[in-house]
Amino acid sequence: MSILVGTETKLVVSGLTGREGSFHGMNNRRYGTDLVAGVTPGKGGQDVEGVPIFDTVHDAVAETGANTSMIFVPPRFAADAILEAADAGVELVVCITEGIPVHDMLRVYTHLRRGPTRLIGPNCPGVLSPGKSNVGIIPAHFFSEGNVGLVSRSGTLTYQIGNTLAQRGFGNSSIVGIGGDPIAGSSFIEIVDLFERDSETELIVMCGEIGGEEEERTAEYIDANVEKPVVGYIAGFTAPPGKTMGHAGAIISGSKGTAQAKAEALEAKGVRVGRTPTQVADIAAEIVGAKV
Amino acid sequence: MDLLEYQGKELFRGHGVPVPDGRPATTVAEAVEAAEALGYPVVVKAQVLIGGRGKAGGIKLAKTREEVEEHAGAILGMDIRGFTVHELYVERASDIAEEYYAAILLDRTAKRPMAMLSRMGGMDVEEIAAKDPNAIVRVYVDPLLGFQDFQARRLAFDAGIAADVIRPAGAVLAKLYETFVEEDALLVEVNPLLVTTDREVVALDAKVTIDGNSLFRHPDTAAFRDVGSEDPQERMAKERGLTFVKLEGDIGILGNGAGLVMSTLDVVAQAGGRPANFLDAGGGSKAEAIVDAVEVILSNPNVRAVLFNIFGGITRCDEVARGLVTAFGRLEVNVPFVVRLEGTNDEEGRRILAEAELPNVHVEKTMDGAAERVVELAKAGAAVS
Repeated sequence: MSILVGTETKLVVSGLTGREGSFHGMNNRRYGTDLVAGVTPGKGGQDVEGVPIFDTVHDAVAETGANTSMIFVPPRFAADAILEAADAGVELVVCITEGIPVHDMLRVYTHLRRGPTRLIGPNCPGVLSPGKSNVGIIPAHFFSEGNVGLVSRSGTLTYQIGNTLAQRGFGNSSIVGIGGDPIAGSSFIEIVDLFERDSETELIVMCGEIGGEEEERTAEYIDANVEKPVVGYIAGFTAPPGKTMGHAGAIISGSKGTAQAKAEALEAKGVRVGRTPTQVADIAAEIVGAKV
Repeated sequence: MDLLEYQGKELFRGHGVPVPDGRPATTVAEAVEAAEALGYPVVVKAQVLIGGRGKAGGIKLAKTREEVEEHAGAILGMDIRGFTVHELYVERASDIAEEYYAAILLDRTAKRPMAMLSRMGGMDVEEIAAKDPNAIVRVYVDPLLGFQDFQARRLAFDAGIAADVIRPAGAVLAKLYETFVEEDALLVEVNPLLVTTDREVVALDAKVTIDGNSLFRHPDTAAFRDVGSEDPQERMAKERGLTFVKLEGDIGILGNGAGLVMSTLDVVAQAGGRPANFLDAGGGSKAEAIVDAVEVILSNPNVRAVLFNIFGGITRCDEVARGLVTAFGRLEVNVPFVVRLEGTNDEEGRRILAEAELPNVHVEKTMDGAAERVVELAKAGAAVS
């Protein structure tokens, strides 16, 4: 098994005719993802390397049975594209777009919570289930199938930690980037919960960063609900307060959202936290090694 | 993006939030002109993006032209907790009966807007909370429904504000919420929210933070950006489309992706070094972006060594290496560089660097090794100078 994306995934890409959308959409298809459609209003009837383009997501879903949407449209149009995909009935929307206004996301988030569609992102690298399906921009060739579930707020840091794990012989069940924005469609808790229930996943690695209280809340959740071992990492110990560190959500507000507080919250609930990516791999090897 | 008080109040006026009459000024003469037009007494207020202006002597009452001259002269150029005063706001003085606190903010944990009201205004919100945690009342707002009248009533009754101003205070809260949504704010804070001796409710201060990602639909707000008070290095980076934060150490840092750069700063600090900056060259960094980044990093005279930490995903290590070679060709580089390239096309990148034989460039294979090396080199540089 794996979570969120897999062999059942039938992907429709909003923005497939754009430069980034076609580059990554086609990369996903070469990896083996079942890319069934693209959507660009006004370009219905065309195709991108044989993938049919539709004017609306509703048409794409009706014609191809797409169940997963990837959003690759500019920030000012992205909220609308997410709502369209949800309205068309896809189960999962993965939004890669960075820079969507927070108030747009507040409305989208609140609306989606009232329906069945799950959102990953925005401002995220997507979801990869090695050997099965890749939806997003994660460079898949670093990762192989295995038993580590990886969830992160950051893209390249995920690759760094994933690669460090891979060098120790670990593979991944799924790798989920939940994104670096203040309003994320899915939280650490929800993804950790999916990994807890996934038969392939034996160890969960979560990479947090400064800003907000998600990591602290996840620590409480893990303590009460998660049996599988979890290893943590938090980026931003040296970040000064009041400065946005690249990701819109990565900001220490007053004394809230520090890396120290997050690491301590996790450790207080028995989650071991690596202070460097290398330490994360060391701890993972110790835990799984001890289990074998 | 944080707004100055007078900029926030300009947005307030646009949404019908009552504010006292006032005018901005950048010179003593302008301040006097503003005061003459408004009528005495006036309050001369320093416009800086930091709290505690009053305690620092940045807010003064003036009853005459001479007093305006005196206070404006003293406040302009004053340093308030590290912020130099370049602008003033001259406002007609209000007769204060009560001081409340009101705010609308984004609660990231609940993923909802939150409205807050307290009858204890005029001190900062942490202070209110410390004195009496129950003195601050809060309600969550459904962003799809908006702020409701009943919520305004609940806030007003629960906060225990004066009975005769419950309706006007509720109306002000509704208008603050409108400002919050329509201006794409992350925070709208009014402290104090004033009740005058005439029993009018007015916003005596305005602390507004606007979502930078929304500026495409707010050109007037975007124009508020105060280029003059920005750090020159941060401004240079912004103009080149680089995500940059200046820090206080001596090791220049470049990486690709916000999380990896944050992690790089941490690993350098663990190795005993002090980062001089956060710089995210972005996913898919091209050679030209690398040249720009090197120029921005080296414009900081404190930098004694530079670390490039690249994990190539979409970013190709050979592109980064080419960018670095180009940068060395164009710029005068007097400090050592440590370069760690791993991931997409890393071998090609390392080959390019080896062939270019750049002076004082050290290639490392791992993040930990690179951090240790750059810390050594920065310390050696500090010992020499």
